[in-house]
Amino acid sequence: MSLPGGRAASAPLLGHETEPTIFELSVPGRSAYQLRTTDVPAVALSDFIPGEHLKSKSVALAEVSERDLVGHFTRLTHRQFSVDLGAYPLGSCTMKYNPKFCDAVAADPGLNSVHPGVPASLCQGWLELLITLETKLCAITGMAAATLQPAAGAAGELTGLLLMRAYHEANGDDRKRILIPDSAHGTNPASVTLGGYDVTTIPSNDRGLVDLAALKAALGPDVAGIMLTNPNTLGLFEEEIVEIAAAVHEVGGLLYYDGANLNAILGVIRPGDMGFDIVHMNLHKTFATPHGGGGPGAGPVAVSPRLVEFLPGPRAACRDDGVYYWTTPERSIGRVHGWNGNAMVLARALAYIDVHGGEGLTRVAQHAVLNANWLRERLRDTLPAAYDRVCMHECVLTATWLKNEYGVRGLDMAKGLLEEGFHSPTVYFPLIVDEALMFEPTETESLQTLESLASSIERLAERAKTDADGLHHAPQTTPVSRVDEARAARQLISTEDAAQR
Amino acid sequence: MLSFLGMESLDQLFAHIPASVRLARGLDLEPGMSEPDVAAVFAQYTAANAGQLSQLTCYAGAGAYDHEVPAVVKMLGSRSEFVTAYTPYQPEVAQGVLQAIFEFQTMVSRISGLPIANASLYDGATALVEAVNMASGATSRQKMVISSGVHPHWRAVVKTFARGTGHEVVEVPLKNGVTDWGSVDASDAAAVVGAYPNYLGVLEDMSVAKSLASAHGALFVVCADPLAAGVLKTAGDWGADVFVGEGQPLGTALSFGGPYLGLFACTHEQIRRLPGRIVGETVDSNDRRAFVTTLRAREQDIRREKATSNVCTNQTLMAVTAAIQLGWLGTEGYAEVAARSARGAHYLHDYLIQINGVTPVSTQPFLREFALRLPRNAGGVLEDLVGEGILGGLSVESLAGASDPSLEGDTADVLLVAVTEKRTRTELDRYVDVLAKVLS
Repeated sequence: MSLPGGRAASAPLLGHETEPTIFELSVPGRSAYQLRTTDVPAVALSDFIPGEHLKSKSVALAEVSERDLVGHFTRLTHRQFSVDLGAYPLGSCTMKYNPKFCDAVAADPGLNSVHPGVPASLCQGWLELLITLETKLCAITGMAAATLQPAAGAAGELTGLLLMRAYHEANGDDRKRILIPDSAHGTNPASVTLGGYDVTTIPSNDRGLVDLAALKAALGPDVAGIMLTNPNTLGLFEEEIVEIAAAVHEVGGLLYYDGANLNAILGVIRPGDMGFDIVHMNLHKTFATPHGGGGPGAGPVAVSPRLVEFLPGPRAACRDDGVYYWTTPERSIGRVHGWNGNAMVLARALAYIDVHGGEGLTRVAQHAVLNANWLRERLRDTLPAAYDRVCMHECVLTATWLKNEYGVRGLDMAKGLLEEGFHSPTVYFPLIVDEALMFEPTETESLQTLESLASSIERLAERAKTDADGLHHAPQTTPVSRVDEARAARQLISTEDAAQR
Repeated sequence: MLSFLGMESLDQLFAHIPASVRLARGLDLEPGMSEPDVAAVFAQYTAANAGQLSQLTCYAGAGAYDHEVPAVVKMLGSRSEFVTAYTPYQPEVAQGVLQAIFEFQTMVSRISGLPIANASLYDGATALVEAVNMASGATSRQKMVISSGVHPHWRAVVKTFARGTGHEVVEVPLKNGVTDWGSVDASDAAAVVGAYPNYLGVLEDMSVAKSLASAHGALFVVCADPLAAGVLKTAGDWGADVFVGEGQPLGTALSFGGPYLGLFACTHEQIRRLPGRIVGETVDSNDRRAFVTTLRAREQDIRREKATSNVCTNQTLMAVTAAIQLGWLGTEGYAEVAARSARGAHYLHDYLIQINGVTPVSTQPFLREFALRLPRNAGGVLEDLVGEGILGGLSVESLAGASDPSLEGDTADVLLVAVTEKRTRTELDRYVDVLAKVLS
């Protein structure tokens, strides 16, 4: 087998010194900026702004040359792992390789130099793009219409809950509770609270799925709906989804689909066909936005026909003569973003969908699922799966036996993997699995890379037998070793000024 | 790989999914295209965007401005190590993003005049939602007293999310462009929210709002232009408990509205209710300086239904870019951009109000943006200006609807004009000439 393209252990992260902060590099009087020559008369600001508003001394920022600026931030990038550097099997986060073409689309001034407040006549191309994306997202999810405003998955969740609330209120229905499985992402219960509902947690059964009997017992006329991730956060498909949907609809509740794992089912099954009424999509996971170190994302929300009239506005629409305009549904819940959502992320997603097409997107799901199952099977004797059967796009493995036998925990394995040249999996999530290690290889890693990842994990398990202490102190080859998180929280230093250098 | 799994086809991987609801014939989408073919489709979209800045001189603002973003900021901000990293959950291999955020937090803290800044939120509007939620948590009250000088979209977003939290939103009208705080009952308010400058550009005396907040035990929230502190007092100088801002002017392209950058800063007292992530300095096991996300116990993945914010993904890449842009500007450049924008705005304003039928909405001081009442519909005037290659501003009706408590009288004839440091005297003179011609 050839050597993998996804192992980053060759990366020369030189030296073990810390990079100074930009403020430490600052030299009074040095500067990098250059502004346009405008010839506007240089009158004193005090001629037209009263003194009570003016600052006597300007805010101090760093003072560096362009060369120092470039050196500083370039050195910071050398202290940062990224998908482009190597495999990033961080479960639940879908850190796949994204085509550079999508980045180029987002850098086009024909899109990114348009002010969001211009009249519709000046952004016809943007409106067409947004409608085209909305149509394709609806085709992918099996829904009727979508809002593109929510800026991230959690914003989509809250938007979806407000849609649920508007729907029930319009029916004169005062409902109180939302059901959530115990395996759900933390954003789900947090969003429910902000949506003004109470959470009822549904336990998972011994197969890692929603316990249908417990679900039915929790249902009642005060249930507004259920939030489900399918496949769930264990990477398992909720096989009784048809029965779940029927039971929730029976009591007048709605089904909310958390699209965090939509990448697993593209072209295979659609949330709308499963019976979901509201679907949010994390475009940054499934459709090519490489997450930017924590954001931006985009969290469009698609709905079934009965919820369309409540969607946030304004929405792009098209007249019979082909002219695009903005419109707000009559019973809209209102705006959920300052302007039009994370438009450049939306453009990237459309480019990604167009390049792949229907069959290409289906292949994305198939290969993501294949890779996860291969890794699960390959690691069977090293890190057993928490639930031993076919998984979807990610697998949740457990390090319980390593902890019991050698005192090496899941976190130690995750840190050890960094020394091996791979990013860690997600650790200790879902909460219901002991010593959980959640791997999501994604469809973009090759068999060679997966084999290398598996070999690294095997090496670490061997090392656990003889060098548990070494693993407790891993990683040592990275720009910093394990950090003192307790100290960071105990004496908060969140700015240069608090550091008192 | 399939044979390793004892399977013969990819379909077997999905055999456990109920057949009754599986897609029979695949997705109803066109076949995939090559990148050059998709580029050709996108070229049609861009060609239809008549509002792109290569074709128009920009005077549109309302929180989104046409500022200089140099090549060095674009190039550093688009480095793939920043672009293709996830949230820094493994600090040993994420010091680049973590340190950049630490520097960003420092800069936001300084321009807000408040000690604690987070690692960013989605945009200004949603940052304000987090601020009022924080105020509700801090005071156990539900009433939000918000100046209608706050951007109309931000007020709309706050009202949308109040449907879930049950907050009461009281909008305070403006008189002559200045918030008429005395016209509403602020007792039992959780937050008193003002804007500096307000969305019509006016610089209000924020001490009035501060007194009102203090008198009623409410948090004082200031929505401020993040460039204003180059020359003006900071939110902290005015006594704010919370600062929120739209960070787009700090290095982000206009981008048709996003991704932008929600700025959020507050006092030490509110730190346990801080939304989103925050980076702190600490040491590693070898006693080297290191950075890490901290005070994690506030966040949704730990607090779940008891969390006061559901924010997870934020706008880190824009925050890193803002740190680079502010690094490029430095102390002097930051002040210079604000000063030049203000000088250009006043130069233009003083000529425009000499045009027959053009009157200022407010006679109060302003910084870089101002509102004018025109002798006819502002939307129509904007169309005429576009014909001359000028994006002359934004119609207030398009932002705030046909009527709004921010304006006495209707909004249809009101034009909002913003000037940045990029506008030359030649461009400004031409705007005056063209508007005079269009209105004659």
